[in-house]
Amino acid sequence: MLSLKLHSSALTMMLAAALMLGGCQALDSQPEPSLYQQLGERAGIADVVEDLLYLIVEDERINHQFKGIDVVQFHRNLTDQLCQLSGGPCTYTGREMRELHADMAITNTQFNALAENLILAMEENNIPTGAQNRLIKQLLPLYPDIRNL
Amino acid sequence: MRNWPLVSLVAALLAAPAAIADIGSRIWGTGGVTTIEGSAGGGLVPWALLGSYASDEEWGGTLAISRAKVDDYSLSVTGAGLNWNNRIELTVAQQTLDLDSLVFTLKDSFGLEQDELRQNIFGAKVRLAGDVLYSPWGQWSAGVQHKRLQDFTVPGAIGARDDSGTDVYVSGSKLFFAALMVRNLLVNLTARSTRANQGGLLGFGGDRNNSYELMMEGSVGLFLNRQWLVGAEYRQKPDNLGFAAEDHWWDLFVAWVPDRRLAVTAALVNLGDVATLEDQQGLYLSLQGSF
Repeated sequence: MLSLKLHSSALTMMLAAALMLGGCQALDSQPEPSLYQQLGERAGIADVVEDLLYLIVEDERINHQFKGIDVVQFHRNLTDQLCQLSGGPCTYTGREMRELHADMAITNTQFNALAENLILAMEENNIPTGAQNRLIKQLLPLYPDIRNL
Repeated sequence: MRNWPLVSLVAALLAAPAAIADIGSRIWGTGGVTTIEGSAGGGLVPWALLGSYASDEEWGGTLAISRAKVDDYSLSVTGAGLNWNNRIELTVAQQTLDLDSLVFTLKDSFGLEQDELRQNIFGAKVRLAGDVLYSPWGQWSAGVQHKRLQDFTVPGAIGARDDSGTDVYVSGSKLFFAALMVRNLLVNLTARSTRANQGGLLGFGGDRNNSYELMMEGSVGLFLNRQWLVGAEYRQKPDNLGFAAEDHWWDLFVAWVPDRRLAVTAALVNLGDVATLEDQQGLYLSLQGSF
């Protein structure tokens, strides 16, 4: 019934060829825009952070952790932080991350909820998948500070 | 169709999002799918990920039905799993292997009249350390799969020693962000100690080797976006029976995870020679619901 007789060696070559083609295309095309540009520079990042704040307010898993914050200041600080992390010309002037989260006892569930909302906010703003991945990669080193590990 | 109750249950779960709003918090796609042995992983290889989307303050569960159709055999699997706090996973699976062509070999060579083999698998997996997304060294888990054949007649006739056995494995999984073509790359490595012949469906231990051996299994998958994962798996196998040589398994898979409740996996599988029948290749399809 099935005639899918692919030889593993042929398959390996096909995969290798596909990967090499992908690599060559990347070399041929124009220099990749910086992450900061892909995020829409500071204005684009500010839009993502605004949508993130709306999602946080609606999210029962984490909204209690944000009660009583100065929303305008939070928006400015997080925008500056993401701008700086993505290579933009901004300077984060908020408190140090570990100190900021020290008394919040943030669980993995809450961390995941925030990560989910950030991804959704980026999707709402049509940030390409590759740029989303690059930004999250830049944010990973903050994980132990935020979780207070 | 003995799978209808489970299909209905999966359908009911998918259709009732309001009634079970508390699906887990882990990021999409990080629950893996249900392997043919019930544990969370890919299709053939268990991963360090625990099933469902339960995070550290949550419960979760999975139900799955899978079917593999290779040249001379077909395998049906129904499985269910529970996850507590993304710490402990408990699973059950029932495998039914339709022998199709092997029926004639068994009748002519051994005088046996049997057209299927059945096995139940009880699994437990514990996350030892780390998180697949956030930890620099990835996520590490250890697990057991206790397997019990329902009928030992055929495995016994071809030289297997036992009708039950327990596999023990250690598994590491790590997602590398923006690793390949700025896509996220999932890498899994599993070391399994086992005596199982063809996963246990042909019994445990044999005339050529009767002791536990360490087998290496690996998978790589690339998230094209958060809903599509494509990749490959490889599973090394023991070769315990003089009756027929046993080959390693591999597959190429694509998984579609439209949201946390549903995962659909399709794969091209190559099981090599199985019980004298050569070069068993075919298609694998799996449907998983999470809650």
